[in-house]
Amino acid sequence: MSDHVTTVAAAAERSAPETAAAARRRHRQRLETLRAFVLGAGFPILLVLVWDRAVAITGTRLVPSPYQVAVMMYDFSFGGVYDDAFSGTILIHVWKSVQRVYGGFFLAALIGIPLGMMIGRIKVLHQLLDPTISLLRPIPVTAWLPLSMIFFGLGPNAAIFLVFLGAFYPILLNTMFGVRSIDPRLFEAASMLGCTGTGMFRQIVLPASLPAIFNGLRIAHGFAWILIVVGEMTGVPTGLGSVVMDGRTLSRTDLVITGMIVIGACGFITDRIIVAISNRLLSWSPQHLE
Amino acid sequence: MSDARIILDISGVTKRFAVGDDEVEALAPVDLTIPQGEFVCLIGASGCGKSTLLRIIAGFEEPTTGEASIFGKRITGPGSDRGMVFQDYALFPWMTVRENISFGLRQGRMPREAIEKTTDEFVRMVGLERFVGRYPNQLSGGMKQRVAIARVLANNATMLLMDEPFGALDALTREQLQYELLQIWSRTGVTAVFVTHSVEEAVLLADRVLVMSAGPGRIDSDFRIELARPRDVSSPEFNALRRDISRRLTSHLVPSQVPA
Repeated sequence: MSDHVTTVAAAAERSAPETAAAARRRHRQRLETLRAFVLGAGFPILLVLVWDRAVAITGTRLVPSPYQVAVMMYDFSFGGVYDDAFSGTILIHVWKSVQRVYGGFFLAALIGIPLGMMIGRIKVLHQLLDPTISLLRPIPVTAWLPLSMIFFGLGPNAAIFLVFLGAFYPILLNTMFGVRSIDPRLFEAASMLGCTGTGMFRQIVLPASLPAIFNGLRIAHGFAWILIVVGEMTGVPTGLGSVVMDGRTLSRTDLVITGMIVIGACGFITDRIIVAISNRLLSWSPQHLE
Repeated sequence: MSDARIILDISGVTKRFAVGDDEVEALAPVDLTIPQGEFVCLIGASGCGKSTLLRIIAGFEEPTTGEASIFGKRITGPGSDRGMVFQDYALFPWMTVRENISFGLRQGRMPREAIEKTTDEFVRMVGLERFVGRYPNQLSGGMKQRVAIARVLANNATMLLMDEPFGALDALTREQLQYELLQIWSRTGVTAVFVTHSVEEAVLLADRVLVMSAGPGRIDSDFRIELARPRDVSSPEFNALRRDISRRLTSHLVPSQVPA
């Protein structure tokens, strides 16, 4: 019986070797995807198990167990457990934070990309601005907190300003770097084909430095979510950062951890969106695909 | 050929480069005229200034003294009448084959249909119909160089400047592209200035071979190749010319290797 099966399979393989090979390749790819998923998702699950055991063994009351956090997460999302000021408010906080994160992030991109392109390409601008940028860049964003509150008062604008500051330098520096590492032959080729002036920026400088710009955008986007907690310390009543700060003030660690997880998830999902956009725009450059 | 219009006129062109605190004379006064439609090869050892001369014609470098003009008009910068084909292709990696070839056409105010039509014509000329949607990264070296040639010709260049264009290709691909280049040249009537290291390539392609010598760079001798095309690389006439040119080339190598 088993002999019969092998011969049939072998005959099928001989008669259609390409399809069999293609099927094997597809099968291998599926296994690879499955393995990446199991490993990628398995590690956080392991961490949660370690956390759970550690809390149970030490008997601490300072750190909630994963279960307590899960309950808090449910209440934060849908309400009906504690029915307090935070119950079922997740969308309001996420929406407020998203507005501030992307307000600051897009402002940084809107100024950082054109400015970086011009500084990278126009020598006088580089001489004029580069020392100032190098001087301002090492100043931690948190050090701007008092000044930003003086400039913008208590409220969302101070938070947007801080996110902007954190996102601005990686975008600017990566754009400058991208522009300066463009092969000079591409400019020669473009100019001999009749491309001049602003056409050069739009048709050569921008697309050629796009891989570096996207690297900058990804780093900046990470910073933007990191800085939202700092930004929302400036006395705004809503937002994921303010939830974490409130949790700290109220000694509700389960709320703090819930806020942390939501911030992480938001950053993760939006990072995937940026990667998807960059894969689409940079499909010509295989080394930048992910 | 002698009654053809002069397309390129180079008179007393020199070029000096600053190297640290020193100045290096890359080109001694060079005089050269090229009639329209001629296929000229520049050949010489490294450092003889052949690429510099080509870049001056392209308008990428300015001569230190002297003047280069095309149809009597002084060359002051790159222009679409002269197209360069680089050894390392210099294609725009974010554009498809089609977008690369139509790049020059898209710089003007040409109507879209005319752009599409001309692009199609040059895609066909270099035989890349099946690869129009590919990016340069997905092409072989030979295909990339075909795109580079089509990109320049589609832009209606009257001079095709080539800087060791086949230097990075394998022998078989090089032979194929030499053959295709001659076809394209005879079909379009473009004037070609072709820089190469290979004597055989020069004798195979050119109407005229200019041997350059170094220290400082200058044109040493001017060989006219009267052999009928297609040329037979194994014929005695071909090999006699190859020997003569090689002798002129190496005659300059010997003194430079002996310390003065």
